[in-house]
Amino acid sequence: MSILILFFLIAGLGLIAWLTARMRATRFRRASKARFSSLPSHHGGFVALATVLPAAIFLIVWAACAPGLVTNRVLTDPAAAHLPAPGFERAAILSEARELARGNGFGTPTPLAATLAPAYAAAQTRADWIGDSVALLLATAFGLWAFTRVRPAFQARTQIERLVMALLLTAALVAILTTMGIVVSLLFESARFFGMVPIGDFLFGTHWSPQAIDPHDPGASLGAVPLFWGTFFIGAVIAMIVAIPLGLMSAIYLTQYARPRVRRWVKPIIEVLAGVPTVVYGYFAALTVAPIVRDVAVAIGVRWASSESALAAGLVMGIMIIPFVSSMADDSLTAVPPAMRDGSLAMGATQSETIRRVLLPAALPGVVGGVLLAVSRAIGETMIVVMAASGVATLTLNPLAPATTVTKQIVDLLTGEAEFDSPKTLAAFALGLTLFVITFLLNMVALTVVKRYREAYD
Amino acid sequence: MTEHAPLPGVPAPTDWRGATHQRRMAKRYAAERRFRWLGLAAVLLSAGFLVMLLVSMLAGGLNGFVQTQIALPIDFPAARFAIDPAKLRGPAADLALAAADLTGATDAAAIVAYGPGGETLISDGAWTQVRDQLKADPSLLDKRVRLWVPAADRIDIAAKRDGAPADEAIVAKLTAAHALTTRFNASFLTGSDSTDPTMVGIWGALKGSLFTMLVTLLLAFPVGLFSALYLEEYAPRNRWTDLIEVSINNLAAVPSIIFGLLGLAVFLNTFHLPRSAAIVGGLTLALMTMPVIVIASRNAIKAVPPSIREAAFGIGASPVQVVFHHVLPLAMPGILTGTIIGMARALGETAPLLMIGMRAFITAPPGGLRDPATVLPVQIFLWSDQVNRGFVEKTSAAILVLLVFLLAMNGIAIYLRNRFESRW
Amino acid sequence: MNAETSITRHKISARHVNVFYGDNQAIRDVSIDFDRDVVTALIGPSGCGKSTFLRTLNRMNDTIPTARVEGEIDLDGEDIYAPEMDVVQLRARVGMVFQKPNPFPKSIFENVAYGPRIHGLAANHNQLGEIVERSLKRAGLWDEVKDRLSDSGTALSGGQQQRLCIARAIAVDPEVILMDEPCSALDPIATAKIEELIHELKGRYAIVIVTHNMQQAARVSQRTAFFHLGALVESGTTSDIFTNPRQERTKDYITGRYG
Repeated sequence: MSILILFFLIAGLGLIAWLTARMRATRFRRASKARFSSLPSHHGGFVALATVLPAAIFLIVWAACAPGLVTNRVLTDPAAAHLPAPGFERAAILSEARELARGNGFGTPTPLAATLAPAYAAAQTRADWIGDSVALLLATAFGLWAFTRVRPAFQARTQIERLVMALLLTAALVAILTTMGIVVSLLFESARFFGMVPIGDFLFGTHWSPQAIDPHDPGASLGAVPLFWGTFFIGAVIAMIVAIPLGLMSAIYLTQYARPRVRRWVKPIIEVLAGVPTVVYGYFAALTVAPIVRDVAVAIGVRWASSESALAAGLVMGIMIIPFVSSMADDSLTAVPPAMRDGSLAMGATQSETIRRVLLPAALPGVVGGVLLAVSRAIGETMIVVMAASGVATLTLNPLAPATTVTKQIVDLLTGEAEFDSPKTLAAFALGLTLFVITFLLNMVALTVVKRYREAYD
Repeated sequence: MTEHAPLPGVPAPTDWRGATHQRRMAKRYAAERRFRWLGLAAVLLSAGFLVMLLVSMLAGGLNGFVQTQIALPIDFPAARFAIDPAKLRGPAADLALAAADLTGATDAAAIVAYGPGGETLISDGAWTQVRDQLKADPSLLDKRVRLWVPAADRIDIAAKRDGAPADEAIVAKLTAAHALTTRFNASFLTGSDSTDPTMVGIWGALKGSLFTMLVTLLLAFPVGLFSALYLEEYAPRNRWTDLIEVSINNLAAVPSIIFGLLGLAVFLNTFHLPRSAAIVGGLTLALMTMPVIVIASRNAIKAVPPSIREAAFGIGASPVQVVFHHVLPLAMPGILTGTIIGMARALGETAPLLMIGMRAFITAPPGGLRDPATVLPVQIFLWSDQVNRGFVEKTSAAILVLLVFLLAMNGIAIYLRNRFESRW
Repeated sequence: MNAETSITRHKISARHVNVFYGDNQAIRDVSIDFDRDVVTALIGPSGCGKSTFLRTLNRMNDTIPTARVEGEIDLDGEDIYAPEMDVVQLRARVGMVFQKPNPFPKSIFENVAYGPRIHGLAANHNQLGEIVERSLKRAGLWDEVKDRLSDSGTALSGGQQQRLCIARAIAVDPEVILMDEPCSALDPIATAKIEELIHELKGRYAIVIVTHNMQQAARVSQRTAFFHLGALVESGTTSDIFTNPRQERTKDYITGRYG
């Protein structure tokens, strides 16, 4: 039975349930003058939900488990004895058989897959029948049970509202689940990695060349220090040298000097910078900025400037970050009470002196928080460095030399056909874990700084 | 100013008009001017970067929408095409044409028209144009016709004045003979990825983006909205809710590539969902977008004044009724604005989708949610890596399409925010 | 009034009510009765707990997490804080009008129709329309809005909005109406209209009105209770309280020595 037909069947049962329950509720409501806690539509809703929900939940669980059960059944087929040991090949043959059974074959199938296809088809049909009949059974059973509960004293509305609350709570728990999911999966894979590579080698080693891993000593070519340095250099140094002055001074000009009309137009323009996709920035960096940087460098006499320099990537990243700094600084400056500004001006200070000596120190926690958040964003940025920076891991102070970052390496490591269990692939998870921890700490510090040092203005 | 004898121990009154102070004031005003100019320069520079970015994309991309075409005279009867016209209307038309070697015939016609090497002047996919025209009008088989077909990649570049000198000479000759024209490149918007830059289109990637966004919206919006409602209206103040709040605020700031790693580890390796499918991409992006929606929704809900809730309670509405009948409708514009902005961010995301494998060469748009697909930003990334120079303008053109979509979405969000500014 | 014949039961009876916000005690051992067809005014200086006590009568304090209520409050003999009491129905039977008019940002019709809708008091749209018309008439607002029922409730003047809120409360057919300083945000003309309305309404409902305006209390109420620092100092007929108060503190407040 196709999914669509099943869906309509269950929906239809739900509709019948709603109508009949509502009719019943209306009847006993008319019979008495008392006030009821629930409207007939609440009773209808209760029975309809009882009909549809258990069946729906079952179907979702079934959809997750059924493929595994089908595969297990196929494996009991005598032809399956010829399958190779569990691994890539076996999975490929099995999925080919599965596609054949569905009618999606192309080209000439492997003979083994062809023999297994009928077994797949049979197992799949059986699974479909089981799933459909159980779902319909659940729908009718629960629906009938719920119908018998429809009585004058029944608090249908309360039941439905309890269900709604449970739904809301579940949604909120998804957030925790996601965080846990990230932490657990990163930790799990990283633990496997650190089983192969000593953690000291990873965190403190200075040699990074994942293409040339020695199977007996993988740690020797998986030292991540150049990556950490590159990330820091590009994201926290070069990008910030661009973003902080531009962002801060823009915010100061827009809040203190600009006319309201100018501010109304210019502020969104700067915010648009934050909305441009990073792949566009990366392209811009690789296509336009990097050649300019290299040409300028060559023109002033630096012959060996790379076209994948840290400077190009850092510059563009800085441009992307400007709105983050500017927006936080703007909010902090506006939050300083006008009374402070007036007091300073009334003493005969110029506007710039007021800004430098009174407003900025008062707004400092917000500005610092904004800078920290911006650094966190820059460190986690991927596409700009993937497209504009290099893959060569070096430890250099020269902005015109190539450099690579943690994020670019994560992308590079997971490209290609490498096995999932190799140190090369797992290193990506270890890098991811490091990145997660550092951005988490930065965010925590940023929030604490803002909260603790912000003056409480009444 | 009258001069008094200075009292012992009391400093002399400041002489505001004296030379020292005049010099000092001049310095201070100069510093003030410099500071102000610095601020203005910063603003202009920041806005200027944006302008530079857009201009550079426009300059490169507009040409991507233009396709150079060459006139190709084909004498069908003379080519002795062994094909039955009736077959051309049926489903087996493509097979029949392939069997009759339409590709070879097209190349032969090019050689006839433009001499040896003529088949290199037309695009590798030129025969598809001939095929489409034949299917539309099988009566052409009896005629000698002059069809417009896409030019080869290097001719295309030369026509846009960026190619090798030899090619530019050819272009000049062809133009003089009225055998060369430039048309709006409709196939860019309807075609899919290809190795030949003159044949590429973004429809495959657009459809993939659409599917992915659909999955993301269907998952992230309800979960985000319900979480926000729970946290703002019903959650008791205890350690568990604090934990949920911290989780959400932190998730909103996690780098997007980490979500890609999560998708790889959980959706691909544990749940064995199909690699590079829209459903996996949508799931991953939903996890990333959900915290953004929660935070925007919470702010919108917080802005609804408590007096509305009190009035509803006073009438005898239950807590669920108060929230769904009164608070939610009033907070909806803010919630929608936040959602649109979150979706716009998801539309432009590349890194997490690279992690789940959406970087393969997909030549056909996805049929369903489980088919291999790619999204527009990833397509841009893949094209940017191509060596062939023809891809440069196509990449910029694709970027323009992406920017148009994002501009539209942000525009709608801003319009919503301004129109439904709360007034109660 | 303590000793009471059980033949005429009071509409609302409160006995030894204490209210705490966290560790602070806001109401101390208050016992008082409210009857149908009677307007009772709660007076006292600001911050003495009148509004807090009023809110215990329809369990609005439930919406404040740190609030705790002890003692017994009966509506027609049933304890409203008992677990079996459905608070949603309670609030339909005991309606409330707030200090600052708070109409829903919906149409005038929808504002009044909302209560009957969720409590299922009308079988169809016609009945709903009748309820709305009746309530608006009883609130004295019908003539002013009958031609523009689809206009927004927030577009009315302050006095009209408050009458709309009264109509809204009446529409669910309550037995008691609680009013928390209903006129303090209104101008004198609107205030006069509301006071006139209270006089008409008292024939159908028990009304409890909190006011810091003693002259208003004297004008509209038949019984008055004087609160001070969370305790009920004295209660009795309005004329008794204002002309012949028994407690010293009451006399001081009435004569304006403080508050």
